[in-house]
Amino acid sequence: MREKYEAVIGIECHVELKTQSKMFCGCANEFGGEPNTQICPVCLALPGALPVPNELAIRHLVRAGLAVNAEIPAFSKFDRKNYFYPDMPKNYQISQYDMPLTQGGIVEFWLPDGTRKRCRLTRIHLEEDTGKLSHMGNTDGRLAGSEASLVDYNRAGVPLMECVSEPDLRSAEEAVGFLEALKRLFVQLGVSDVKMEEGSLRCDANVSIRLRGASEYGTKTEIKNMNSFRSVGRAIESEIERQIALVESGQRVQQETRGWNESQGTTHLQRSKEKAHDYRYFPEPDLLPICFTPSEISALRASLPPLPHARFDRYSHEYHFSAAVATQLIDTPGLADYLDDVVAAGAPAQSAANFVLTDCSRLANETGVALPASHLTPAALAELIALVEEKTIGSKIAKEVLSRIWREGGSPRALVIAENLAQVTDPNVIDAFVAKVLAANPQSVSDFRSGKEKALMFLRGQVIKESAGKADPLVVETRLRAQLQA
Amino acid sequence: MAQTTTVAALAASVNARERSAREIAQAALADAAARDGAIGAFLALNEDVTLAWAESIDARISAGEQLPLAGVPVAIKDNLALAGTRTTCGSKMLENWVAPYTATAVERVLRAGGVPFGKTNLDEFAMGSSCENSALGVTRNPLHLERVPGGSSGGSAAAVAADLTPLSLGSDTGGSIREPAAFCGIVGLKPTYGRVSRYGLIAFASSLDQIGPFGRSVADVALLYDAIAGKDPRDATSVDRPAEATSVFTRQDLRGMRIGIVSEFGLDALEPSVRAVYEAAYADLLRLGAELVDVTLPTARYALATYYLLAPAEASSNLARFDGIRYGLRVAGDDVGDLYEKTRAAGFGPEVKRRILIGTHALSSGYYDAYYVKAQKARTLIAADFAKAFQACDIIASPAASTTAFAFQAKKDPYSMYLMDYYTIPISLAGLPSLSQPCGFAPDPLDGTPMPLGLQLAAPLFEERRLLEVARVFEAR
Repeated sequence: MREKYEAVIGIECHVELKTQSKMFCGCANEFGGEPNTQICPVCLALPGALPVPNELAIRHLVRAGLAVNAEIPAFSKFDRKNYFYPDMPKNYQISQYDMPLTQGGIVEFWLPDGTRKRCRLTRIHLEEDTGKLSHMGNTDGRLAGSEASLVDYNRAGVPLMECVSEPDLRSAEEAVGFLEALKRLFVQLGVSDVKMEEGSLRCDANVSIRLRGASEYGTKTEIKNMNSFRSVGRAIESEIERQIALVESGQRVQQETRGWNESQGTTHLQRSKEKAHDYRYFPEPDLLPICFTPSEISALRASLPPLPHARFDRYSHEYHFSAAVATQLIDTPGLADYLDDVVAAGAPAQSAANFVLTDCSRLANETGVALPASHLTPAALAELIALVEEKTIGSKIAKEVLSRIWREGGSPRALVIAENLAQVTDPNVIDAFVAKVLAANPQSVSDFRSGKEKALMFLRGQVIKESAGKADPLVVETRLRAQLQA
Repeated sequence: MAQTTTVAALAASVNARERSAREIAQAALADAAARDGAIGAFLALNEDVTLAWAESIDARISAGEQLPLAGVPVAIKDNLALAGTRTTCGSKMLENWVAPYTATAVERVLRAGGVPFGKTNLDEFAMGSSCENSALGVTRNPLHLERVPGGSSGGSAAAVAADLTPLSLGSDTGGSIREPAAFCGIVGLKPTYGRVSRYGLIAFASSLDQIGPFGRSVADVALLYDAIAGKDPRDATSVDRPAEATSVFTRQDLRGMRIGIVSEFGLDALEPSVRAVYEAAYADLLRLGAELVDVTLPTARYALATYYLLAPAEASSNLARFDGIRYGLRVAGDDVGDLYEKTRAAGFGPEVKRRILIGTHALSSGYYDAYYVKAQKARTLIAADFAKAFQACDIIASPAASTTAFAFQAKKDPYSMYLMDYYTIPISLAGLPSLSQPCGFAPDPLDGTPMPLGLQLAAPLFEERRLLEVARVFEAR
């Protein structure tokens, strides 16, 4: 039954920008202060106070737009969105209506299995956050039935970007992939922390279903109140099921706003279709229009870091990394840059990824220092990999060298030479070690000769130990067999 | 003050330590306490803070500073925030609101050595042309106590006209400095939009509001203008261009100056006695050496309609913050919506409510294009007309108002009150610098008392210096 239908999903999300100060005043943009301690005449909307735009927030937003290949109009402006609510000090929100800072754009993302997807954006625009209401004296923290409401204006005026997607997503998995891509992008651009638990990313999903192959959209519902990517996925999944069940039983989907209940795992009706609210938008007369020259746009474009999807494609197609490896590299801060530097220094990508994700990751855990902050430079790691590839050292010595360089820095090759750590491959030298070990372990020798292959592994370990770890295991094995069968 | 002197002379005496700012402030306070009862220019005198500020100026003089407004009292229109004092906007909504911060323009008065002195009455939220819309008091025209002082900056104009203070600050959105200056027989300047920071000016219509000075002479006004003009990082619409000092006058006559007389502002519709005064004023301009040229502003006749869409639209949004939640009047309600409604019903007077309704309607879905967008386009055309007119002339001259100060209750119909700003509003829409200065007297239509008339001069954007130079020559005619 599920196969008959196709889901159509659009995402609208609000992301708080990472700036020192609020959007239109000098108050700190910080999460978690005592209520009403980060306020001033401007963000409290005292009579006569005026907004002054935060230039960093504007730059952040334009960079976000450029990163999704949006159009940046040469001219944009702020507008007032008028409505009364106690969490909004001015009773209008400074936002952007018909001339936002960015138009269009495409979010490139991938699913856990590596399938590449794209979702068009309608726009990203800049606005200010509201304060926070706490409704007191009832059980569920909602307005209805409360005895009093308290307002905290610390968040009022925090710069907020609103990203609106086109209805291009077709499953809960795609919606989550899209959100993960946005988070990845904004974190890597440095424009937001994107912490859903602190409310620095909040999102709503518009969900409808239609018969597979249909071109018309079905009636959509808007799902709110999801507080993690996982709950976004679950909520959309549950809403799709609900809509299919409705349609299958001959009913129609009503246009409405539904809230996600995390513990019950279902959505519930919040507001049925209301008449469209008239926000009476008009251009904000307290602020001048924002104008960009082509050179300013180029400078902002040049400031973009390598984009995650481009990296993903390179890792998949050129390096043949699995989706999981590529994602891990891209999503761990600094790791992909580091890996790229190691490869640029001449290391094969696969070996570089192995070292970065296993040995280096273990050292990072042991030492509490992230790889990029360790003494191991990308060039040093590439050198170490070269030593392994050319069989100058074996994996055991490689781990030791890595650990030393991680803590002390320096050149792996120099260390190998100085401490005479190079792998021993000379059969004559190894034969001497083998002879010594065979003489000391008659029981194992006889075990092997009576057909116990495992004994060879033990003997090989003993020989390598005897060589202080430097003997090439392959040569050791060859010489062991030769001497045992002699 | 009752001690008519120039602002420059007063400041010089304080700079020379012949008199202290404190003595001047004390005398001004005593004078106002004695004489303002009949006039009602002030809503509050704020004796303690006034004296404290005066002492701070004296301390700076003692430390060797020389200040352009040293010790000069400057009355402040009560829509300008002044830390620690009530800032009411003439409204019940803010009757007991004490501002926790100070408007930039007022800070600059202090920086220049001026002493903020009293808060003056105004039409509620600066909406009106007679001061009758104040919810907190009546202000009378000092030249005729049965006539209005004009508005909305009626208290600031009356305080100067009554010689209670040498200077005051007002604000002008569609004529609120120029019309009361004309009615009270003093000089009032509305600077170019963006010249003076609006930070701390309680907004009526953000794209039009501008703070400006009142004084008894052009030179006095120029000194206060020089003190308050200039870019302010706290007002994004304030303009970053150096303000040329206007208080140094070099011109002796008007030779080489082309003064535009606007065809659409013809004098034919005026009372003969009023018309005669303006005809004489134009003749004086000619005699002083100016060339009078006819200019035309074909779109000016749409200005009033344009203004009464744009200004209320902005006001409807600007005044939304007065909701009883954070400050000002609060009337308890059953829920938050009820609280809003009761608070705003009780806090705002009829003219404010009328403009909020007009503005809300003009911005509403389905009407926005026909009203707000159309009005914005008209505003652009009106500004273009002025720009074109200024290709043919250097200054535009016209009446500031069509009559002398009228009687209380004479303009009960709102539209007849709106018409009082017929000459001032087009200039406001174009953002131009403009002033009104006394140009003669006409008999009051009811009792024949000679009442002053104002000549309005307007200059191209940022040409305050030219404007004041011409006004100064005319003043000395």
